[in-house]
Amino acid sequence: MSGTAVTMVNVQVDGEWKQFPKGMRLIEACMQSGKFIPHYCYHPKLSSPGNCRMCLVELGMPKMTPDRKSVLGEDGRPELSWSPRPVISCATEVSEGMGVRTSSPLVEECRNGVMEFLLINHPLDCPICDKAGECRLQEFSVEFGKGESRLLEEKVKKPKRVDIGERIVLDDERCIMCSRCIRFMQEIAKDDVLGFLNRGSHTTLAVYPGKRLDSNYSLNTVDICPVGALTSKDFRFKMRVWFLKETKSIDVTCGTGSNIVISSRENIVRRITPRENDAVNSCWMPDSHRLNFHYLHSDDRLKEPAVRGLESPVAWKTALATAAEKLRGSRPEETAVIASARMTLEELFLVRRLAAALGVRNVDILPRPQKGDGFLVSDDGNPNTSGAKLLGLATGRLPEIAQAIEAGRVTKLVVLGEDAADCGISETALKSLDLLVAMGFLANKTTPHATVVLPSSAWAEKRGSMINVKGRLQRLNQAIQPPGQARDDWEILRDLIALLAGTNGLHSIEEVFRQVAAETPALQGLTLSRIGDLGIQL
Amino acid sequence: MRREEKQRNHGMTEMKTRQVEQMTPEFEADVEELISHYPVSKRSASLPLLHHWQNHFGFVDDTGIEWIAAKLDLTPINILELLTFYPWFRREAAGKTIIRVCRTLACAMAGSYDVKEKFCEAVGLDPHVEHHGFGSAPPTTPDGKFSVEFVECLACCGSAPVALIGDDLVENIKPSDVPAIVKNLK
Repeated sequence: MSGTAVTMVNVQVDGEWKQFPKGMRLIEACMQSGKFIPHYCYHPKLSSPGNCRMCLVELGMPKMTPDRKSVLGEDGRPELSWSPRPVISCATEVSEGMGVRTSSPLVEECRNGVMEFLLINHPLDCPICDKAGECRLQEFSVEFGKGESRLLEEKVKKPKRVDIGERIVLDDERCIMCSRCIRFMQEIAKDDVLGFLNRGSHTTLAVYPGKRLDSNYSLNTVDICPVGALTSKDFRFKMRVWFLKETKSIDVTCGTGSNIVISSRENIVRRITPRENDAVNSCWMPDSHRLNFHYLHSDDRLKEPAVRGLESPVAWKTALATAAEKLRGSRPEETAVIASARMTLEELFLVRRLAAALGVRNVDILPRPQKGDGFLVSDDGNPNTSGAKLLGLATGRLPEIAQAIEAGRVTKLVVLGEDAADCGISETALKSLDLLVAMGFLANKTTPHATVVLPSSAWAEKRGSMINVKGRLQRLNQAIQPPGQARDDWEILRDLIALLAGTNGLHSIEEVFRQVAAETPALQGLTLSRIGDLGIQL
Repeated sequence: MRREEKQRNHGMTEMKTRQVEQMTPEFEADVEELISHYPVSKRSASLPLLHHWQNHFGFVDDTGIEWIAAKLDLTPINILELLTFYPWFRREAAGKTIIRVCRTLACAMAGSYDVKEKFCEAVGLDPHVEHHGFGSAPPTTPDGKFSVEFVECLACCGSAPVALIGDDLVENIKPSDVPAIVKNLK
C-alpha cells in the first residue's frame, strides 16, 4: 500500500469483511456498507461528542496471542472477541481487524432503551410541532421505540417559545440535548453563543443572557435539529411538511450558487433549505439567501404583457410583434441591450443571439460587486457572472451605454431582467427614449416607462443552468408555475429573435442548451441532463 | 427576574457593585498563576478560576463570568455552562455560614433527612423548599447568616450522618443535637 496517502483497514461489518480508510468514524463505515445506524448527535460535518447514545453497536476486537499477534480463524481472518458492552459508533474510529454488529438483540435493546430515556421528558406535542413528519425522534420512535410509556412521574417543565434569535424560536421541552446546534455555532458559524445550562433532566439549551442567536447562518441549526426544538420563525406553523413538494435547485442570491431544495405547495414556495454539495456549500446556506424568496409571491409580479397605448389585456403575440416591429431596422449605434447576470446561461445565449440579430455592440450586464463573508456569501451578487463572461456578454460597456442614453445618442433600449435605474440611467432619460422594451418578473422603476413590458419567470419557475464564481455549472429546476400570463424567459427571447431574424428551431430548453454547448468550447459535449444534481466543474 | 426577586425576599443587599471592579492586583496575579498550570489548554483553568472567584467574592456575578471567559479566550456561555452544572457554584450570595448536610446512602439511612429538617427549623428556614443549584444560592435566612442545603457524599460514611458547617466537618449528628450546634454558631 506504499505510495497511497490513505491507509485502509479491514473491518468486519455484520459478518462481511470490508476496507475503510483509517480514521473513519465507525458509524460512517457502517452507513457506507448500507447498514443504517440511527443517530441524533452525530452529524457528518460536525465533531462527535457521543452524547445521544442512539448509535450503540456491538464491537469486536481481534483476539490476541500472548505475543500480541491476532489469532487467525480458518478463513485466514482475525478471530474476534466481542465486547459484552455496546459502544457508540460515532465516536469510535475503525481500526485493523475490528468487527461490528449493527443489528443484534443487544443492539435492539439498547436502541429501545435510549428511545425510552429520550422520550421521558419529551412533550409529545407532535400535532402542533413544525418538525413533525421530518423529526428523527418521531421516525426512530416508530422504528426503535416501545410504543408505550411506563412513565408515571410528571414531566420536567422547561422554557417554551424562547425568542433566542432574530429568526429562531426555541422550545426547550422538545430538545433532546444532541448539541448539534451548539457544535454548528462553534465549528461552522464560529459564533459560540449556544450552550447547555443546568444539569441532568433539567439541562436546558440557552444563549448567554443578553446575547442572541442571530448569525447569518443561524437557520442551519433548524435544519440539523433532529427534533422541533429550534424552529424557523419564517416557516413556523405555515405548512405541514408532508404536503411540501421538493424541487432540487440552486440559490441565485449570490455567486456561490448554494445547492438548495425548494419546498412548495400549490404553486407557493414555502421554504428553501440547503442541499448537500461538498463542492459548493457543504450542508449549509446563509439565512439572508434562504429567506430571499418571498418576493416570488409579491404584488409587484408582472403577470400580463403590456404595450403602451394599448388597453390590457394585450396578447403575447401583439406585445412581441410591437417590440419586434419597433426594433427592426433600427441603427445599431442607437440601440442598446442591457441583460442580467441573474439570467441563466440559456437565456444569456439567446440575448447574444438577439444582439446579433440587431447587430448591436452596446450590450452588457449589470455587475453586482458586494462584500462577501468569506464563507458562503460571495463577493459577487450575481449568480451567473461566469456564464455572462463565458458568452462574452460581460463587456464592461454599461457606463458608456448609460452615458449614451443620457446624451440621447441611444434611443432604443432593451432591458432584460434588470432595472435601468440601477444601471445609472435616469428616469428622465428613460422617458425620452423612442423605444423601451422591458423583460422581467417584478415591476420596477423601468417598467412604468416601457413601451413594451414582457413578463417573465422567476428562478423557481424555470429550468436552466448557471455557472458559479468557482466555475461550476449547475442546474435550476422548476418548482412552481409562473403567475398569470408570464412566460419562460428563453421562450420570450426565442420568439422575439424569430420575429427579427426568422425561425431558429428551438423548441425546448434542452435544445437551447445543446446550442450553447455547440457554440461554447468550454461546454463541449454537455447536455442539460448530464449536468446532474450536483453540477459539473468546468 | 426570579433571582433578583429571591434576593429581595431574603432581605439581602442587592449587588449593585460589579465584582470585576473590586478586583485587586493580588487577585489578578493569582489568576495568572492558576492559568500557568495549564500550558496546553487555557480552557482547563475554567474550574480553578471559578473556584478562585467564588472563594474571593462569595459568588460569581455576570461580570465575573464574562471576565473569566475573556481571560481564557472563551465565550461567556462556556463559563455559564460550567457554573450552572456544578451545584457548588452560585451566581448569588449565600448565607455567611453554609450548612451542607450529606444525603447519600449511609447518611440518608442514618437519618440525615431529619437532621437537615432540624437544621432548617433551627435557623428559621422552610425545610421543604427544593433546591437544585443551577447557579442559585441555597435557601438562606433573611438576615443572611445561614444557608442550609443537601450535598452528596462527604466521604465520612462511617460516622453518618455528617454535615459540613462552613469548612468544618461535624459527625454522628443526632437530630436532637442540632439546636445546640446552631446556637453555638450564633
